[in-house]
Amino acid sequence: MAMLHVVNKSPYDACNLNTASSIMKEGDQLLLIEDGVYGAMKNAKAESLLNGLKVSVLGPDLAARGISQDKLVDGIDVVDYAGFVDLVEANDKVQSWL
Amino acid sequence: MSDAKKFMYINRKAPYGTIYAWESLEVVLIGAAFEQDVSLAFMDDGVYQLTKGQDTSGIGMKNFSPTYSALGDYEVSKIYVEKESLEERGLTLDDLQHLVWEDEDEDYAEKDSIRLVSRAELADVLAGQDVLFNF
Repeated sequence: MAMLHVVNKSPYDACNLNTASSIMKEGDQLLLIEDGVYGAMKNAKAESLLNGLKVSVLGPDLAARGISQDKLVDGIDVVDYAGFVDLVEANDKVQSWL
Repeated sequence: MSDAKKFMYINRKAPYGTIYAWESLEVVLIGAAFEQDVSLAFMDDGVYQLTKGQDTSGIGMKNFSPTYSALGDYEVSKIYVEKESLEERGLTLDDLQHLVWEDEDEDYAEKDSIRLVSRAELADVLAGQDVLFNF
């Protein structure tokens, strides 16, 4: 029963990414959107929260914030809105950490 | 001008996720029009406001980041960016917009507006202000 965990807050402003990443089970996926995309940046303090997780990030939210793809932690999948829908469809449940 | 107060606007929120960053910019421009001595500080997630290359066409919001480059024209020439906040977010000065102002006392020489400061240095800057606004 795979779950998609959606995080929309900066890891430096809220503990949402911390909670989500530590509660995720094998097979679950993480999607970072809105200010949550800051959690996908490499050489940053919050980077280690993503260790061992399957992570996607919403491209339009990255572009709005001026984050180019070379700034991201390796192995992260950048998706568009259609990709967002695909992730929702591919998982049994969606948990949005608000 | 001797009556001018030292106004400091402290920006600590990322752009777009909340309205704080944009509202701050509006208030700063209004304050500058009243010829006060204006400084800006960017710390915590506020440093994200100044990243270059912002393109909001995919999220249906106005890209207000070009407005920061107009601050120099309003004689806002003191923009303090906290070093610790940049570093823990994996950012360097190169990731930020290059903001400048023209010094009319030196034949309109173009000078950098951004001053990279440590938290301790920023504490001293804050201590020297008359009024603090937080966004």
